[in-house]
Amino acid sequence: MSAAPAIAAPAPVKPEGHTLPVVVICVLIVLAWYIAAIPMNWVVTGPKAEAAGGGLANLLLFSWNEARPVIPAPHQIAVELWKSVFMVKPWMPKSLLFHGWVTLSSTLLGFVLGSLLGVVLAIAIVHLRFLAKSLMPWIIASQTIPILAIAPMLIVVLGSLGFTGLLPKSLISMYLCFFPVTIGMVKGLTSPETMQLNLMRTYNASRSQVLWKLRFPASVPFLFTSLKVAVAIALTGAIVGELPTGAVAGIGARLLQGSYYGQTVQIWAALFMGSFIAAGLVWLVGVAERLILKRMGARP
Amino acid sequence: MTEARFTGILYPALFGLAVLFVWQAVVVGFGVPAVLLPAPSDIAAKFAASLPLLWADFVQTVIRAVIPGWFIGSMAGFLTAILCDRIPFLRRGLLPLGNLVAALPIVGVAPIMVMWFGFDWQSKVAMVVVMTFFPMLVNAVAGLEASGHLERDLMRSYGASWWQTLVKLRLPAAMPFVFNALKINSTLAMIGAIVAEFFGTPIVGMGFRISTEVGRLGLDMVWAEIAVAAITGSAFYGLLVFMERRVTFWHPSYRT
Repeated sequence: MSAAPAIAAPAPVKPEGHTLPVVVICVLIVLAWYIAAIPMNWVVTGPKAEAAGGGLANLLLFSWNEARPVIPAPHQIAVELWKSVFMVKPWMPKSLLFHGWVTLSSTLLGFVLGSLLGVVLAIAIVHLRFLAKSLMPWIIASQTIPILAIAPMLIVVLGSLGFTGLLPKSLISMYLCFFPVTIGMVKGLTSPETMQLNLMRTYNASRSQVLWKLRFPASVPFLFTSLKVAVAIALTGAIVGELPTGAVAGIGARLLQGSYYGQTVQIWAALFMGSFIAAGLVWLVGVAERLILKRMGARP
Repeated sequence: MTEARFTGILYPALFGLAVLFVWQAVVVGFGVPAVLLPAPSDIAAKFAASLPLLWADFVQTVIRAVIPGWFIGSMAGFLTAILCDRIPFLRRGLLPLGNLVAALPIVGVAPIMVMWFGFDWQSKVAMVVVMTFFPMLVNAVAGLEASGHLERDLMRSYGASWWQTLVKLRLPAAMPFVFNALKINSTLAMIGAIVAEFFGTPIVGMGFRISTEVGRLGLDMVWAEIAVAAITGSAFYGLLVFMERRVTFWHPSYRT
């Protein structure tokens, strides 16, 4: 997906950097955000600014510092993030780190379980022909069911069975993230070419030897691509899984509380915290990918 | 060929029937209370008994929110991708951001959308648009780069303009990617609309019904609603697969 040269350009084009355009676009987004905050907050801040004597300075002051805005200004979110991450002790319920950790722990558990399930299913599908035919359509159909919508019910049912806390949320993450892993791994495990498989046959290799020495190593790049997708949706699953638990702890609970009490800044701060966690997790999987592929002898 | 198609339908159907049978047998045999897991027969009975209610929910969630949102979001993502293709600077800036945003937990935007656009279907449409925009953007940009150098050089040797190359070569070549995004978006749209209903809704809609019936422990109704969602999702997906075969008939994966 590297930047392909434009049609008219001659063939050898130096790969272009991404830093400058990304920075420019980010600055533009922040600017547009500040400007959009003025009309969007007008309902709340307009009368106040008028009462304070009107004028542009007053308008900007009120639009960008309203405590319960329609859309908070970026710096308000930054301040809220700073306050709830660094100014509060991390184990207090007011700290975003505490909520982030709650969500992260169920994400990680669900991610590990889901990836294992995905790999096992893929190995089974590759080795048992009737499974490929009978199970695969159902695996695909299982993803057209909006599991996130059923998540609250699963939590309530599991809760009444005595499973509370981490496990029900992780099960939702697991259900969401096994799918990309299965699909990617089936593709990866079947990626060795006929010639390579024939070579293994001439070596008189057993099926497990073919699996461990040929199929599995060949599938590692596919595995990591799927894992990146899986870890991101595992986090989404964990957040939604927190919504019906009565808003006790976690990023999702934070969102729900903010929505109940009209704390817009709190919602946005929680949203950003969730985004940081997601970006961090995807980044970590990417680092693991590079390390392992390097050890396996791949050249960048 | 026909035999392969026949077994391709038979095996999954048998598997599904087996699952339903085991489900029914376990629920009836072990006397699992209906509050935990209703039997398939109970769910079917409830489904048949409450068709008008299910239809109203279906209209509110799918017809009013999912389909318009899915269409607007996918269309906006597609047009932005073409714009990105025209302006390389925009692509280099927007694509990394798009990749990042596609990995973010966008469902979290739901409370904000409900706050901005009110309780009715407008906020759900907005939610679906936000959720479907970035997958389409990322996929369509990748798709527009999918045509090979040889083909592009051929178009250049024909003296084709940027628009001609786009319409005749690069858009058709991008279609597999676009359909991939449309399929991803079909599930995302359902999720987005239903989750947005948890944060505030008029007293109709699939998400609303699920959350209230869970509260009343009417699990047979919840499962009936899940059945509607599953049938809708599968039909949506199947329709897209059908259209994909028609549009991208030239793709290697459909050659026999």
